[in-house]
Amino acid sequence: MGKKISFYEKWCKGCGICAAFCPKKCITMDENTNKPVWNEDECIQCGFCELRCPDFAIVVKKKGEK
Amino acid sequence: MIEQSVVHKYLRKNKKFPHIWCPGCGHGVIMGSLLRAIDKMGVDRNNVAVISGIGCSSRTPTYLDFNTLHTTHGRALAFATGVKLARPDMLVIVVMGDGDAVGIGGNHFIHAARRNMDLKVVVYNNNIYGMTGGQASPTTPSGKKATTARYGNIERSFDICDLARSTGANYVARATSYHVKQLENYIYKSFNKKGFTVVEAVTHCPTTYGRLNSLKEPVAGMEFQKNNFIMKNLWDKLSDEEKQVKFPMGEFVDVDKEGFVTKYLNLIESVRQGD
Amino acid sequence: MIKLLQGNEACAYAALAAGVRFFAGYPITPSTEIAEIMSMELPKRGGKFIQMEDELASMAAIIGGSLGGLKSMTATSGPGLSLMQENIGYASITETPTLIVNVQRGGPSTGLPTMPSQSDIMAAKWGSHGDHPIIVTYPHTVPEIYNETIRSVYLSEKYRVPVILLLDEVIGHMREKIEIPDENTIEKFDRKVPTVPNDWFFPFEGNLEGVPPFASFGEGYRYHVTGLVHDVDGFPTSKHSQIERFMNRLIGKIDNNVNDILKWEEYNMEDAEYAILAAGCIARTARDTIKVLREKGIKIGLIRPVTIWPFMEQPLINATKKIKKLFVPELNLGMLSLEANRVLKGKLEVCPYNKINGEIIYPSELEKFIEEEI
Ligand SMILES: Cc1ncc(C[n+]2csc(CCOP(=O)(O)OP(=O)(O)O)c2C)c(N)n1
Ligand code: SF4
Ligand code: SF4
Ligand code: SF4
Repeated sequence: MGKKISFYEKWCKGCGICAAFCPKKCITMDENTNKPVWNEDECIQCGFCELRCPDFAIVVKKKGEK
Repeated sequence: MIEQSVVHKYLRKNKKFPHIWCPGCGHGVIMGSLLRAIDKMGVDRNNVAVISGIGCSSRTPTYLDFNTLHTTHGRALAFATGVKLARPDMLVIVVMGDGDAVGIGGNHFIHAARRNMDLKVVVYNNNIYGMTGGQASPTTPSGKKATTARYGNIERSFDICDLARSTGANYVARATSYHVKQLENYIYKSFNKKGFTVVEAVTHCPTTYGRLNSLKEPVAGMEFQKNNFIMKNLWDKLSDEEKQVKFPMGEFVDVDKEGFVTKYLNLIESVRQGD
Repeated sequence: MIKLLQGNEACAYAALAAGVRFFAGYPITPSTEIAEIMSMELPKRGGKFIQMEDELASMAAIIGGSLGGLKSMTATSGPGLSLMQENIGYASITETPTLIVNVQRGGPSTGLPTMPSQSDIMAAKWGSHGDHPIIVTYPHTVPEIYNETIRSVYLSEKYRVPVILLLDEVIGHMREKIEIPDENTIEKFDRKVPTVPNDWFFPFEGNLEGVPPFASFGEGYRYHVTGLVHDVDGFPTSKHSQIERFMNRLIGKIDNNVNDILKWEEYNMEDAEYAILAAGCIARTARDTIKVLREKGIKIGLIRPVTIWPFMEQPLINATKKIKKLFVPELNLGMLSLEANRVLKGKLEVCPYNKINGEIIYPSELEKFIEEEI
């Protein structure tokens, strides 16, 4: 997984909420898999995608954590 | 290694995950907020009970590693009253849908509030009967559609927070599945209070309410919350017309009247001294 | 200690002696005295009393109290029993010990609030939807109310089932002399607690008698309780094999332990040619009738179920082997007699005597009826 985001793909139901409300618009939904893909360079680790994911499929690392 | 969030610590992960809720259902978001609030409390999980009625929302306890009780439709508060009286030190959390809480269970709701029973209520209000496929609930707004209100709901709807306030709750607040941080914060605050507390978690049901009322995409339901729920102090300043289309959130009641359990324990004490 | 007590009083004091420490109820004639006494006495013993908003809530609350670790009960009458039924089924499927006292009145609906009736016999057994285990006891004197209340609490705790104690209005409100036993001599059932760590614990796995050990909420066993059919781990299941295993165990708790649960009395049956099957207050009528008929040379005896559900199937068959006719007087339109017919399968003529006008059956009328039938 990436430096900032851990993603439990199996639990994700592809609702798109994480992507829709990311303040940096750094999540896109993959058209084929219907799962989110992160552009981690843009991510500010605000944590909202984790908080709003209805399926607990996302963990955003705390800033400074590697 | 996969990271774990605070929420994962409390899930019965060997049980049926992913959960039964539809893609994008707000109930999962609320459950996350609830768990983070419990975590902040720093309490022993053996001393936490999560009790629900029947409905999609009421599936919550199934997934959580506490003492969990999935009761009958509408009666969760009455079961919880028994648990709380038997275990006065336990943090007893009651999760219910809107139909569960103020439809079939309305009588229990107002009386638990009147008694100021020390129960921590979180109502998952999706304005509809989700589990049974989208029938009108007591919180379905007038004019909105349901499978039993095909031409639009001609009834008026309950304001759950108003109801809780007027029947005597110690703490009443509202947030939405979009406003997750506020939601977590209000739930946490309610846990720290004695007496009856109600947090109304407004949520979206894409599958039934959404489908019938042009909010079919999960994102659309949350957009609606984002655009239309505003903090109470700002809402108060709106014109009457604006108040028809915007909804207040925030804390509505925050008082410290003595709860039932404290009173009863004192009663036992004084009766026994009188002996 | 000898006391003069009303049936309802005896019930309340017996429950306290049996260790009941939680009562939730809603006032209804002719059961209200029980709630009133509990409200007064429970706090003295550190117990909790609460008057709920209705009987749905009362039944729900005592299930909660029981899961929280307190022996719990409620008391009601017909209309209240109807309201409790959904949650009585919940107590059955979740195996939560609870005592429901139902002081019967005439029905249907509000019916005859202050008059005797025995018309809840079937409602007590079949009132909640679905096949479900339940025990129903039916005492006929004030002293027996005391003992049966204690036994009902015991059975409920032992088998983890709701127990309904059926009372007749006339006995609930009648005063009789009763010898109150020392509380320490009363046999109480202490819940069998699990002996394994939390993560090994299967909360709904039965012991030899089919009964799972009981972990109260808050004692370190964080398990799930649901009214959905569940597997041994407590979680809902839709697998047919698991459903079957669960339902068989649930029903088996009663079916496989009838000998322990059943209780009945036979009176003057040794040489009897005729018998009366009667319960509650009508068994008293029958006793008086038998005395008179015996004086007239008619060899007649009484069979009286004390545990009314499960029904005394084999004992009734055994007791009636040499009997020519079975008379079944009751204050309903034929509930015991229906059951007797089911069990005896036409091998014996069953003569019902039914009365539903709010009066008890008097010995004189029963005597006349039996003489005519013989
Ligand atoms: C006594 C009873 N009546 C009806 C039902 C059927 N039923 C199950 S869930 C439900 C509605 C649930 O709606 P709500 O409480 O709003 O929760 P949601 O599913 O929307 O989360 C109904 C009517 C039932 N289980 N029990
Ligand atoms: S919010 Fe969660 S479930 Fe929805 S698409 Fe994103 S990761 Fe998947
Ligand atoms: S943590 Fe914030 S910025 Fe980063 S992906 Fe999630 S929502 Fe976007
Ligand atoms: S029907 Fe509605 S409330 Fe129920 S799980 Fe689906 S989206 Fe959620």
